[in-house]
Amino acid sequence: MSTRSRLLLCVAGLGALHLGVACAGFFAPYDPTAQDREHPYAPPMPLHFVDARGGFHLLPFFYAQELQAGTFDQYLENRSRAIPVEFFVSGAPYHVLGVFPLRIHLLGGGDVQMYLLGSDGYGRDLLSRILFGGQVSLLAGLIGAGLTLSIGLCIGTVAGFWGGWKDEVLMRVAELFLALPWIYLLFAMRAFLPLTVPPLKAFLLVVIVIAAVGWARPARMVRGIVLSAKERDFVRSARGFGASDAYLLRRHIVPETASVVLTQAAILVPQFVLAEMTLSFLGLGVPEPVASWGNMLSSLQHYNVLVSYWWMYLPALAMVPFFLGYLLLESLLQGSYATSKIE
Amino acid sequence: MTRFLLRRIAHAVFLLFGVSVLAFFFTTFAPGNYFDDMRLNPQISAERLTALRADYQLDRPMVVRYLRWARSVLHGDLGLSFAYNTAVGPLLWTRARNTLLLTGTATVLTWMLALPLGVWSAEKLGRPADVALSWATAVLLIIPDLTLALGLLVLAVRSGWLPTGGLVSVGFGGFSAAHRVRDVAWHMVLPVTVLVASALPVLLRHVRAAVAEALEAPFLRAAEGHGISRGRLLYRYVLPAAAHPLIALFGFSLGTLLSASLLVEVVMSWPGLGPFLLEAILARDLYVVIGGVLLSTLFLVAGNFVADLLLFWVDPRIRAEASRR
Repeated sequence: MSTRSRLLLCVAGLGALHLGVACAGFFAPYDPTAQDREHPYAPPMPLHFVDARGGFHLLPFFYAQELQAGTFDQYLENRSRAIPVEFFVSGAPYHVLGVFPLRIHLLGGGDVQMYLLGSDGYGRDLLSRILFGGQVSLLAGLIGAGLTLSIGLCIGTVAGFWGGWKDEVLMRVAELFLALPWIYLLFAMRAFLPLTVPPLKAFLLVVIVIAAVGWARPARMVRGIVLSAKERDFVRSARGFGASDAYLLRRHIVPETASVVLTQAAILVPQFVLAEMTLSFLGLGVPEPVASWGNMLSSLQHYNVLVSYWWMYLPALAMVPFFLGYLLLESLLQGSYATSKIE
Repeated sequence: MTRFLLRRIAHAVFLLFGVSVLAFFFTTFAPGNYFDDMRLNPQISAERLTALRADYQLDRPMVVRYLRWARSVLHGDLGLSFAYNTAVGPLLWTRARNTLLLTGTATVLTWMLALPLGVWSAEKLGRPADVALSWATAVLLIIPDLTLALGLLVLAVRSGWLPTGGLVSVGFGGFSAAHRVRDVAWHMVLPVTVLVASALPVLLRHVRAAVAEALEAPFLRAAEGHGISRGRLLYRYVLPAAAHPLIALFGFSLGTLLSASLLVEVVMSWPGLGPFLLEAILARDLYVVIGGVLLSTLFLVAGNFVADLLLFWVDPRIRAEASRR
């Protein structure tokens, strides 16, 4: 397989994963904030095809978990009744991509609550929360990376193209940001901002903090590219023909930085998703009741959750396929740019 | 040599100064302070709060506070913690010791694993053994440390084989010396595993790349022709030739000694800087936060400095260039 088709395959895979999370409302059986106080910490109910009597079902079914009398978190699987999974059911309303209102869900358990990945302490469906939490975490990573790369691109271009005291000052500041370990920087930035804020504001704050921390490395790389690009012969001759700075930048210099920016994006997005998770996990990020992969994990800081409800760990695994995709994308991008340079 | 040293030290001082000013700049704009929560307490009067704020100099302008703080830095105090009502320096130091115990062990282990594995994999470049190792590092690379730490914790809790957090067991005071060492080592297994697993893949890839590049050099063909054994060739000739990027990486590992383990410490409730700083952030204990940031910057600067010195010592080209200048 050529590098190009591999790259396309990888992008398609990543796109499909992101689309799945973007359409969380459709794939999630329930509303992520809907509570079911009758079923706290219900264990996962796996889908079956073969029932207790050995009969085969064409469509998957599950067994209900029934709360044992006198306990609040001990469940017994009711094997006597196989509950068929219903497809394309009408359920809780949601918005696709935040715009189109819909009610249709891929899966539903009918009149029985179906917790395919279990439920949390408030009886909220973990699968729905993982899908909706992915929207928050991935969006924070994507917007953060976009912001950081824009800042880095601007600063790197200014420093590299105009040079002089601008270059000197900007690169000194960049050094300052590179010198600080990023988790401290994240901590410190967050420490100097308000602590208790509503979810949307907290989300924006997290994104801004993450973006403000990471711009230095891309800025330095962009500066290096711009420095070498502006001495290239075709740029010099364009300048000799009277091209303005703005034209040179738009037409010749900024396009040269595309390889660095794209590769950095593939590195930064997962790193920033992780940054959001870290902040939210520590209680400095997106607060409840909004789900994010980070704040869903923070309940694991309680010993009893860690001991008794292993499925609360599942959100930590949700990001692994995304990270795999981005790692592949990064190595493929680096490979393709290395070979295109040789050609 | 002296000029080189002086330049590096001046640079370090400038960096630390810049970081401290930046931190102070942010604190003046930070909404809320340590005493805000007390306003809700009916037993503390408004006058008492004003007096408290005056006691801790919170009502003074930023420049005055900065100068007073700078003077206390020279005494090694690093300001006053609001929550503990003592100097920040000693507080940070007791926590930093625990962090260093953890990260120091992890760093030594990581390098001890990465060097032989990297050399081995570079020697077998492209063969099944190398490919298998590359896949293993890729797997480690896509599992973030938060996932790994929590996963190991879940496993440890469910199996009951390993302690699930903290530095020592209950009743540590009554243990004999050997038992104490064993107890601490036992508690270190999980966090050190996570730290090694998260640092190893990156380091391994760099060692492999550097050694693979050095293996291409013509002088090796010559050395091989002289009948020098393979092991001696790899560790006495190739590794020094590949040392340049590795020394820079070593400086970086030294520099991140105080920051690499923050998250792992919080997850595994290790009494190091991580939980301490988190607590300080949540309580708005600003001088503790500034002190922590400054201390970790100091470590990074020192790590780079050590790397520069090592490069100076190892690489004759740098020495020649420095003496020419």
